[in-house]
Amino acid sequence: MSRRFRVNGSDLTALDQVSLDVRAGEFVTIVGASGCGKSTLLRLGAGLDVEHDGVIEHGGQPVEGPSLDRGIVFQEPRLFPWLTVERNVGLGLENAPLSKAEKRDLVAQQIELVGLTGFEQAYPHQLSGGMAQRAGIARGLVNRPDVLFLDEPFGALDAITKARLQGELQDIWAKEQVTMVLVTHDVDEAVYLGDRVVIMSPRPGRIRTIVPVDLPHPRERTSSQLAGIRNHVLDILNSTTVGLPAATAVQPTRQKRPLAKSIPAHAALRAKPSGKPLFSTTEI
Amino acid sequence: MSLAATLQTKRAVKIRRGLTLPVLLLALWEVSSHTGLVDARFLPSLEDVFLTAKRELIDNNLFGELGFSLFRNIAGFFIGSVFGILFATLLALSRLADALITPTFNGLKQISLLAWIPLISIWFGFGEQAKIVFVAIAAFIPVVLNTYEGMRNAPRDLIEVGHALKFTPLQRIMRIFLPSALPSIATGVHLGLIYSWLATVGAEYFLAVGPGVGGLIIAGRERFDMALVMVGVIILGLVGFILNRLAATVESYLLRWRVSAH
Repeated sequence: MSRRFRVNGSDLTALDQVSLDVRAGEFVTIVGASGCGKSTLLRLGAGLDVEHDGVIEHGGQPVEGPSLDRGIVFQEPRLFPWLTVERNVGLGLENAPLSKAEKRDLVAQQIELVGLTGFEQAYPHQLSGGMAQRAGIARGLVNRPDVLFLDEPFGALDAITKARLQGELQDIWAKEQVTMVLVTHDVDEAVYLGDRVVIMSPRPGRIRTIVPVDLPHPRERTSSQLAGIRNHVLDILNSTTVGLPAATAVQPTRQKRPLAKSIPAHAALRAKPSGKPLFSTTEI
Repeated sequence: MSLAATLQTKRAVKIRRGLTLPVLLLALWEVSSHTGLVDARFLPSLEDVFLTAKRELIDNNLFGELGFSLFRNIAGFFIGSVFGILFATLLALSRLADALITPTFNGLKQISLLAWIPLISIWFGFGEQAKIVFVAIAAFIPVVLNTYEGMRNAPRDLIEVGHALKFTPLQRIMRIFLPSALPSIATGVHLGLIYSWLATVGAEYFLAVGPGVGGLIIAGRERFDMALVMVGVIILGLVGFILNRLAATVESYLLRWRVSAH
């Protein structure tokens, strides 16, 4: 089975002639400076944004909106504060054609997988940040999607929790064989988790290069090969922002504005003029 | 000291402090009516009030009167709240309904409740029906305003999650809009309960006299029986207090998922 996922754009502020194929079962990470459109790319892939030109396909089918075959995990856990952990995870199965018992089993399995057993009846405000994000991941995975999109899922966590969750995510990926696409600004994370690291450059958002990480999973964080690849990625990443006006390189306050639209077009790599702006509230 | 015991002491202290002022006022009342500081005809002594209450309870079916008032109150409150929540949901979630109706509603809500009485009495007569309609309107307005506000402020993040999980419109309402508006709805319903109790008495005052605590007070005034008036006033206060506590208890149970601050 092949999973194709191509985006191609032409606008100064969003994605410009971006083309990316993700294989089934692959773990792809996307890094880039602020404003490189990495989250936009992710949201387009997940079907949360549909304003684009070009082609986005999932298993040969065009992506025209969200689908239960594509899970998503956001930077904030986005749990429903009025539901327990169990019911929050169950939201992922709300519209799945399964019986109640099957849903209950799947939810229990998923909660066990992310290590939240014993907290089924807890409300989100009773959880730590790391535990809440585990529940968020469980909700994204519970429907057994073909592909899970993760938008800086560990960006708001402390270093220790982050490292632990990265390790666990790698285990889950290996165990469940779900394709994963993870956006991050943490190079260590990208290299540690990814089979391939997609490096994007800002203004306009483009794929600068794709660095393969040919190391077997599970990986040793301290391995010298990994460190070598990490330095290589960092070098490329630094070069993506050289020559840009400093003021625009990092601007967390500008991210709530409508982003310009992106234009996926496949293979052709031909820039097409873009019309309507793409509205996105997620950080890049 | 254990934590539970500490909490218990804290609670006891809180209740004691809350009771201080009422007890002082009662003492002042008692002393002034006995020493002749005030005319006993205008402010009867506590014993008088107590005896009147006893008489009304045993001989004159005070509970029956109270039952009539409570029935009107609950019926009107229930009708007003249910319609209020449905109406506000429609306004908050349908742009068309919002544009068509909200300006008119905002205009109408400025009209004093009491100004509706002549209209209501003409449209619905002078009986129970008119009183219940009046109470329902009193509950309706705060419920609509607060529910609308709460629904409008539903977190966009969660709406997006619902989008990603392919929620149907009904699921969006039941899973996102209603629960996230629940704190506001509870505030509205709570206010509605208070307003509807006030309106219950108002209806008994201003619409035709019938059985009820309001009628009791009117009877007391007409007979210049201040003790009876005081009994009525105290009952109104007590019922209002109990309704308020009841609403607060239900509210904290429904909203137990919020970061607790008790």
